[in-house]
Amino acid sequence: MITLLYFARLREALGTGREELALPSGINTLGALRDHLSKRGDAWAREMADRRNLRAAVNQDVAAADTPIKDGDEIAFFPPVTGG
Amino acid sequence: MKSLSFHRLPGADAMSVRVQEQDFDVSAELALMRIGNPKIGAIASFVGVVRDINEGDSVATMTLEHYPGMTEKAITEIIGQARGRWEVLDALVIHRVGTLKPTDQIVLVIVASTHRGDAFAACEFIMDYLKTQAPFWKKEITPQGARWVDARVTDSRAAERWGPVEKS
Repeated sequence: MITLLYFARLREALGTGREELALPSGINTLGALRDHLSKRGDAWAREMADRRNLRAAVNQDVAAADTPIKDGDEIAFFPPVTGG
Repeated sequence: MKSLSFHRLPGADAMSVRVQEQDFDVSAELALMRIGNPKIGAIASFVGVVRDINEGDSVATMTLEHYPGMTEKAITEIIGQARGRWEVLDALVIHRVGTLKPTDQIVLVIVASTHRGDAFAACEFIMDYLKTQAPFWKKEITPQGARWVDARVTDSRAAERWGPVEKS
């Protein structure tokens, strides 16, 4: 299982902040997971396709699309940060 | 660079990161950093405050969301980067989350060093990187409704002027 987290605008648009998911077979990079999630429906397709406004982290480190993922990982999707 | 100041628990790293809903007392935090560390010759601090106007609209309140765990990790890494560039005897970052209103304090960065140059530079560096790297998100409540604040290009440029940062 992997843990998926969604924050801020994504959490609201997708209607969920957290889910556990069995890592689908053949999905072994962050980019592949993103493409997989984008097939879930309109809001998912829209949010996952908006690369300019989408960031991601694997195990709490900011990660690029080619980052490998594996069972047990914590993977988060969120907009560009606006703290401070 | 561990336990240079006496006010921390034994064995605790001198650098601190706190994410909290409650307000903070700048004077008290400055005093705590100073006490027991006679090597300190300069302390620079920065306080971020909620503005009442953003993008032309009045802001009634603001809600700050964060990614627990990654937030602390990201800020700790930023402090580590600052320690690699300047002499940092002690550093503290407090960032508030939850609902805030105009004039409220949002963020505090304090850096102690032997001399002011390092304290000023490290404080500004930590703040610039915090704004572009630490996972916080602001949502503003205005008379026109609620909206997520967009990331600013000027913040990215402010961080970029420090040059490339090695991943620790």
